[in-house]
Amino acid sequence: MTAELGQFALILAMMTATIQGVFPLVGAARGDAALSALGRSAAIASLTLVAAAFACLMIAHATSDFSVLNVVENSHTAKPFAYKLSGVWGNHEGSMLLWALILSLYGGAVAVFARGAGNALTATALAVQGLVAAFFIAFILFTSNPFARVFPAPPDGADLNPLLQDPGLALHPPFLYLGYVGFSVTFAYAVAGLLRGRIDAEWARTVRPFALAAWVFLTIGIALGSWWAYYELGWGGFWAWDPVENASFMPWLAGTAFLHSVRVVEKRETLKIWTVLLAILTFSLSLIGAFLVRSGILTSVHAFAVDPARGVFILAILAIAIGGSLTVFALRASLLTSESTFRAVSRESAILINNVLLVTACGAVFIGTFYPLFVDIVSGERLSVGPPFFNATFMPVMAAMFLILGPGAALAWKKGDLRSTISRIAPAVLAGVAAMSIAAWMTWPKTIAAAFGAGLAVWALAATLADLAIRMKLRSSPLKESLARLSRMPRSYLGMTLAHSGLAIVALGVIGAGAWRTEEVRLMNKGDVIAVGGYEARLADVVEAEGPNYTSEAAIFDIERNGVVVRTIMAERRFYPVRGMQTTEAAIWTTLAGDVYLTLGERSPNGAGHAVRAFHHPLVLWMWFGAGVIALGGTVAAWEGVHARKKAPRAAEIAGAAA
Amino acid sequence: MKRLVLFAPLILFALLGVYFAIGLQRDPSRIPSVLIDRPLPAFDLPPIEGAEKGFASSDLEGRVALINIFGSWCASCLIEHPVLMEISRTEDVLLAGLDWKDPNGGGRRWLDLHGNPYDFVGDDADGRVAIDFGVTGAPETFIVDRNGRIRHKHVGPITMRVWRTELRPLIQMLEREGEGA
Repeated sequence: MTAELGQFALILAMMTATIQGVFPLVGAARGDAALSALGRSAAIASLTLVAAAFACLMIAHATSDFSVLNVVENSHTAKPFAYKLSGVWGNHEGSMLLWALILSLYGGAVAVFARGAGNALTATALAVQGLVAAFFIAFILFTSNPFARVFPAPPDGADLNPLLQDPGLALHPPFLYLGYVGFSVTFAYAVAGLLRGRIDAEWARTVRPFALAAWVFLTIGIALGSWWAYYELGWGGFWAWDPVENASFMPWLAGTAFLHSVRVVEKRETLKIWTVLLAILTFSLSLIGAFLVRSGILTSVHAFAVDPARGVFILAILAIAIGGSLTVFALRASLLTSESTFRAVSRESAILINNVLLVTACGAVFIGTFYPLFVDIVSGERLSVGPPFFNATFMPVMAAMFLILGPGAALAWKKGDLRSTISRIAPAVLAGVAAMSIAAWMTWPKTIAAAFGAGLAVWALAATLADLAIRMKLRSSPLKESLARLSRMPRSYLGMTLAHSGLAIVALGVIGAGAWRTEEVRLMNKGDVIAVGGYEARLADVVEAEGPNYTSEAAIFDIERNGVVVRTIMAERRFYPVRGMQTTEAAIWTTLAGDVYLTLGERSPNGAGHAVRAFHHPLVLWMWFGAGVIALGGTVAAWEGVHARKKAPRAAEIAGAAA
Repeated sequence: MKRLVLFAPLILFALLGVYFAIGLQRDPSRIPSVLIDRPLPAFDLPPIEGAEKGFASSDLEGRVALINIFGSWCASCLIEHPVLMEISRTEDVLLAGLDWKDPNGGGRRWLDLHGNPYDFVGDDADGRVAIDFGVTGAPETFIVDRNGRIRHKHVGPITMRVWRTELRPLIQMLEREGEGA
């Protein structure tokens, strides 16, 4: 029954989403307010229905209902309960349903929370959102039905890929989708703003909290995925420039550019056309990225099962959503006018340079991802583009970004003074140069480029903090007064400071774990010692263990420094019999300075011992910590929207009284 | 002029759409016609670190073989590896491994860590031989007949299903083909 209920709910949701997408547009054209208002209730109805359908699929997975094909293919009675639930989105059909759920969740959020909910702009945006949702629900119903039954029901299922049975990966897709799909709101408002001819400060204030929320979720989602790769794949890599990784990174880059330029629209009412284009671009990249891997156009480790019918449907959705919005853009963007001008040296210019760099970086990733496809079509040759391309194109652009980040963020709006800005944050230059020298000295003979990068990151971090210190008057006034100043600062400034600091911290982590890591391999018997990052790892014992749906061989290592045991950690090799797959669980000891990372190999055939790989990954913790700081910064900045909205009526009253 | 510029994104996207549409018609794991039924390129690869015997094209003379391109850096190979182990345990097939772009003993560590299913392993550290094979990514697998001709190419990890439905029947057919001649 549950599966059928889910399917009915989904069919109804497609209808309510269509109502949400069509009626308000008709209402707006006819000036019929009642018809326009229908969008909000339809959005809430769609949310309720998709949530019901999703709950039905969750129940089918939770109760291991093997008469549902999706459960048979992805679950097993012995699978831990938490992974039965996360298994709902560990496959194509279920993850599409999660996508639809989040899409309608954002629709509901716009209907209830958006600034000026009920005005013509928001009504139109809700309609655009509704149309997008209707297409996706149709896609699920017609090509990827998660509720399909199987008869006769098999006694047990095929289990979920064991690499996916992991807390990091259970949470990774929901966050990623909350990010991808969140940009549907900025997209909807961009199209609505173009249709209504209204892209102004008010528009920017309406969109910004949603864009920030999406961006925060996307940041967390990417960090979780990279963290998972780091500890699960057994070699300590955290980013491989795989097409699917790139697919999540491109919207992040474009979205970051949008967050900066939308601020210019809000403050100065200029760069409007560019900002609108970025809003469309960000969601388009989300769509392209999230769906091309499902269509079979690009192949990847992450790819879901491929079905040509899906590919055609997906391409149609892309053509309508992206082609449609760009057509509206081409026809209407010329109506947007700038309300102000700015000098070459100003905050606006700095943001524009930041935008150009981010979009260039995004373009480099795009080319690297799709170049194999283009070459294949033109010449029939098949090739792959690897990390060297991305390192050679992406890294220099990032270096330029870090170079201008500090002074750029400290410049004044409209007309800034570069010399005085730089002299204000001069200590940061010293910090950067010092960091670069120390890093080069400590890591010699490793690449000098990494030390240079570390210097840039420290310069950006120090410049950001120096600007904060100056604004707090940390040196010239008592600490108490400085803290009071800090608490009065606009949330957007605090958010920016946090996000910029977080970014610099991430960069240090990436450089440490990417360029400065060391590794050692040897065959080990009980009692043997391997040197790693200034410590010694002693193989204390190797034991057999049994998990719920796997058997494992576990090695226990004592980490010693100068003969004293400081930590005991365990590495495992697990065997999942249902899928016949092995996974490695690395033993990791995390410290602020770096990770000790050990993996256990097979016993060598001649009995000489176990192969053990020992890595030292300097600063890797900083990567995840920095990502957290970035996300916190985004959250703090998003809060301003809510904060300001509560205050706005009072400000209006005061303005009224003054007039 | 400014109005025309606004059409640029739309035109770019249209071009991209055409590419995607053509790309959709293609099977991503399709076999490049140039290599099929052509003789195996001649090569003589050194052994990987710690091994004695390398892998040369002459090692396969007169035998049906499965040549697997792998690398310790390749995540999909991790998925494929247990299947290869299973094949080497249960089937009588000559398995040869080409350790692709894996300098500094990566291949050795990989085989120590996950087991060695191969009869021959060659170290193609600079990727020269893989270019002759027209390798586009790892893992990839070639099937060679008794006359040293490439008869099939599989792109991406071999799963149990691929093995049972595609590769094993083909290998059995090639074995029979040789006996008849």
